[in-house]
Amino acid sequence: MEKRELICIQCPMGCPLTVTVHDDGKVTVEGNTCPRGAAYGEKEVTHPTRTVTSTVVLEGGEIARVSVKTASDIPKEKIFDVMAEISRTKRRAPVTLGDIIIKDVAGTGVDVIATKSVPAK
Amino acid sequence: MEYHDIVIIGGGPAGLAAAVSAYDAGCRDVLILERDDRLGGILNQCIHNGFGLHTFKEELTGPEYAERYIEQVKERGIPYKLRSIVADISPEREVLYINSEEGAVTVKAGAVVLAMGCRERPRGALGLPGYRPAGIFTAGTAQRLMNIEGYLVGREVVILGSGDIGLIMARRMTLEGAKVKVVAELMPYSGGLKRNIVQCLDDYGIPLKLSHTVTKIHGKERVTGITISAVDENRRPIPGTEEFYSCDTLLLSCGLLPENELSKSAGVELDRVTGGPEVNDRLETSVPGVFACGNVLHVHDLVDYVSEEASRAGARAAEYASRGEDDGHAYTKLTGRGGVRYTVPQRIDTSKMDERVTVRFRVADVYRGRSIALYYDGKVIKKQKKRVMAPGEMEQIVLTKDSFEGLGVDEITIAVED
Repeated sequence: MEKRELICIQCPMGCPLTVTVHDDGKVTVEGNTCPRGAAYGEKEVTHPTRTVTSTVVLEGGEIARVSVKTASDIPKEKIFDVMAEISRTKRRAPVTLGDIIIKDVAGTGVDVIATKSVPAK
Repeated sequence: MEYHDIVIIGGGPAGLAAAVSAYDAGCRDVLILERDDRLGGILNQCIHNGFGLHTFKEELTGPEYAERYIEQVKERGIPYKLRSIVADISPEREVLYINSEEGAVTVKAGAVVLAMGCRERPRGALGLPGYRPAGIFTAGTAQRLMNIEGYLVGREVVILGSGDIGLIMARRMTLEGAKVKVVAELMPYSGGLKRNIVQCLDDYGIPLKLSHTVTKIHGKERVTGITISAVDENRRPIPGTEEFYSCDTLLLSCGLLPENELSKSAGVELDRVTGGPEVNDRLETSVPGVFACGNVLHVHDLVDYVSEEASRAGARAAEYASRGEDDGHAYTKLTGRGGVRYTVPQRIDTSKMDERVTVRFRVADVYRGRSIALYYDGKVIKKQKKRVMAPGEMEQIVLTKDSFEGLGVDEITIAVED
């Protein structure tokens, strides 16, 4: 049996979690105040994931960068692969919030989407 | 002089939510004045996620959260002026704004909503020794330069202060290939949210040194390094604990200050602890018809709470604009003691208040397994046990109108207790 003390990062409440990995592989979570916390606690000790947010170079737009995010969370160990692909990407304005900027980023099966609308200059 | 029922100073999250709720409360003459070239305020540069869980029940980035409110403003056809900076507000609610199309214009407002937000504590206010080389930024300035304008502000970074923007920028710069060497925090606890320590520092192995501060900035043209030292319980550097970090950039995340220069010109009384206006349960300041919400009132951790607070201010401003001052209010003073540094609101009309009023406050230290106690005239009314309370995380307690029924309370007190 292994106990881990974690802080839930699902929302800014930051609930302190105690996650127990039992000898039979079962995982129990205590300290959470919502179901998202229980899911986070279990995932964090089995296969941790994160949402990546960044910006992409925007040509001909009102501003020089458009903000983007992975449409859902990706495996934590893929963060820098995802960032490398985002850094190589350029886009021409206009962009509308929700536009797909990169399909299936770094082989994660997750798209990178725009989080801001930027009109052309 | 042009007249508007409500003039809202600032088109960030507070101003937008106040405008929407004023409109929905029946006010059809609302004007938003925004100095930047788009609505949304600081959310436009807060590209990370974590916004909106309370308001929209989903996790959004800052720009997405802003866009939801901007859409609501546009759907209602609420007018707004961009690139328009407000230079003065008089106690009679005459608002002077300046832009390049109209020049200087004064408008009369039936009610004013202050929603100017806050500013970062700059280097000059921190008393840091050393020259003034390039490479020293407040965290929010660096955030804007990176996320809006597209500049990487440095390659090797030391961060002073563990406020949320500093933590967010530690991750952001790491993701963009910079090396963040250390985050130094003067206090023995972090000023940021716990989740940000986990996902911005721990995830990337960035050390957080509590009870440490910058004791020397090296470099004359550009920062070449930073010396940090441990501090004692009086926050004085301890000789012999100096550590040198070679770096080209120093980010400062050392607190946010409500921006109340305009409030002062309007004659609004400020709370010495929050740095924002003193308000009643309707979020009205000491000047009748002038309301305040968001970070200009007190610095929030969560934009969701800003929106909720601003909605209340907007609705109350609409009520004031339609029926004018009603002077039949009797206020009960609300104070914090024993670890509660301040409360917002600072006074409540217990007979005319809403059924429920949320009082928000911050505590002075890190407390584990303690309670928040509510007193009416020295008599305990309720106690709420909290696992952890910290200065970096805003707390709240709800006061109900029926709890005052037939009591004639003179003083309401909130305290941290065992």
